[in-house]
Amino acid sequence: MKINWFKYSSPQVFYPLAGKLIPWFAWLAAILALVGLYVSFMLAPTDFQQGEAYRIIFVHVPAAWMSMVIYIVMAAWAALGLALNARLSAMMAQALAPTGAIFTLLALVTGSLWGKPMWGAWWVWDARLTSELILLFLYLGFIALQSSIDDPRRADRAGALLALVGVVNVPIIYFSVKWWNTLHQGSSINMGAAPKMAATMLLGMLLMALAFWMYTVAVALMRVRCIMLERERNTDWVKELSLKTLSSQSIAGAK
Amino acid sequence: MIVLKRDLLLAFRRRSDVATTLFFFLIVSSLFPLGIGPEAAVLSSIAPGVLWVAALLAGMISLSRLFAADFADGSLEQMLIAPQPLALLVLAKISAHWIVCGLPVVLLAPLIGLQYALPNDALVVLVFSLLLGTPALSLIGAIGAALTLGVRGSGLLVALLVLPLYIPVLIFGAGAVAASQHGMSAQAHLSLLAACALLSLVLAPLATAAALRISVE
Amino acid sequence: MLIARNLTCLRGDRLLFKKVGFELSAGGLMYVLGENGSGKSSLLRLLCGLLAPEDGEVFWDGKSIKNDPENHQSNLTYIGHLNGLKDDLTALENLQFSARLVANVVDNGLALNALTATGVARCANLPVGVLSQGQKRRVALARLWLSTSQLWILDEPFAALDTASVVVLTTQLNQHMAKGGMAIITTHQDVDIQAQSTQTLRLIA
Repeated sequence: MKINWFKYSSPQVFYPLAGKLIPWFAWLAAILALVGLYVSFMLAPTDFQQGEAYRIIFVHVPAAWMSMVIYIVMAAWAALGLALNARLSAMMAQALAPTGAIFTLLALVTGSLWGKPMWGAWWVWDARLTSELILLFLYLGFIALQSSIDDPRRADRAGALLALVGVVNVPIIYFSVKWWNTLHQGSSINMGAAPKMAATMLLGMLLMALAFWMYTVAVALMRVRCIMLERERNTDWVKELSLKTLSSQSIAGAK
Repeated sequence: MIVLKRDLLLAFRRRSDVATTLFFFLIVSSLFPLGIGPEAAVLSSIAPGVLWVAALLAGMISLSRLFAADFADGSLEQMLIAPQPLALLVLAKISAHWIVCGLPVVLLAPLIGLQYALPNDALVVLVFSLLLGTPALSLIGAIGAALTLGVRGSGLLVALLVLPLYIPVLIFGAGAVAASQHGMSAQAHLSLLAACALLSLVLAPLATAAALRISVE
Repeated sequence: MLIARNLTCLRGDRLLFKKVGFELSAGGLMYVLGENGSGKSSLLRLLCGLLAPEDGEVFWDGKSIKNDPENHQSNLTYIGHLNGLKDDLTALENLQFSARLVANVVDNGLALNALTATGVARCANLPVGVLSQGQKRRVALARLWLSTSQLWILDEPFAALDTASVVVLTTQLNQHMAKGGMAIITTHQDVDIQAQSTQTLRLIA
């Protein structure tokens, strides 16, 4: 079976490339996270209003940033896949979705952990938290739609369309939630502006955001490699690859 | 036009389907007083949200019927290859769906509003907000219905896809009623609601047409 | 003139066929043969533009149907596996709707004539839901008597038909071919349709 694999942005070329890149991104993520955590927990000053509890923003804010950025990147990959009929783009979108959902969840959990000492409640219908919750629903919808369609091509294209519809809607949803929040709560507590930002705090957040970025790339590449193998299990290059792996294992076993 | 006429005729032949949506709306909105208690003050304060959520859910459960029957019997693929812009055919189908499932809810809403002790001004705003908002719900919902066509478990899936997208409409719609209840002008809410409706009128048929092409493959 | 080049069709991760190509000119008839699951229906759907090929292209009058679907669609009548009939509408209403959908205004008389030709005039005012499979198929096929399009793509048109109806449909196809029409047909039956040129495309599973 020989098909024009050129159109698929050539997974057999991308697969080993991704394999080489993963350790780099993984190490970068680990180092950046270590430095970021050191800056945030050791160097950044204690907030005079909130004490040490505020330090959760070093995880919360970068996670919230990433949850939004990943959705946009995912939609961009999806749009590219839809426009060019490129499989690899669709696979990237699919690979990013779970990571995006996890960051959204992380932002929600850390937000509520922070909310407890701040507001005295685990959950407050704050505009930001509510928007994050809705973003989580959007991610879950995307994942659910993709996983319930059997035909991979249809799953890719339907997911892509949904991501695009979502991206158009996200600003509208965000605006409406903010509007709703100001109407019902009068003065809401603003999470981002609450602690006066010291330079070290900002640095900590940036480092953590970068660490999350690198983690996202590494994990998405790993996932896209799995998706590739699964999708193209009937092609020659995957069969060759599995044969190679098998023989190298048996050699190792013989030794 | 011809599609609109046909869908209305079909709905007329199957009147029970129309009644189901309306009943659902009625039952859901009657459950709240039973769960919360009959105090007029409490009921009227939750009325905007409850009525809007009930209308939204009623519209949503009827979505699965929008394209599924046409998909199953092959008339959808005939529409896809008809030499007419698919987005227009889709718009006709959505209009028919709204007339059959949305409009009756709008007309019934003031009656239920009375049960919730809504003042007269708020009732008028309720009808207006639903009149602007329910078409937007049908339009946005059509995208979800088209995407989940023929997918297993599509009924639940469509809820997961569509409900988050409904949030702005819900906020502006229920907000309009609540504003007039508190003696404020509902105009800002209603304008934003109209903007949502217009935006979805422009974009949703195109997105739905694209989704149908993907799903019918 | 319908031209297909290098068509490749993938369903799921299964390759149905690859590099299928042909040319069909006015008055040309093409049989598409093959076992169940060899991709006959998929090929027809590709040619209608309902399905996008994995690779390759379909041209109508020299233009790719992907870029200029309108021209292709206004010259196309497709009757697939599904009849495209609403159970709650009468045979007559169904027929008129499908004619209007292709912007072809049809009065009651013409539509009734078409139903008479396929032998289901008696059922004209019955809801399609109460008809038998064969009768439904004949209501769907009655569209061919109203069709003004040049290209007919028919998926198993002879299945579920009795002998008399097969003869009637063959005659109608003969007329269509004589007028310079084109037809692409899948069938498991031996039928004898007169055409200026006849070709056979065999798909191997």
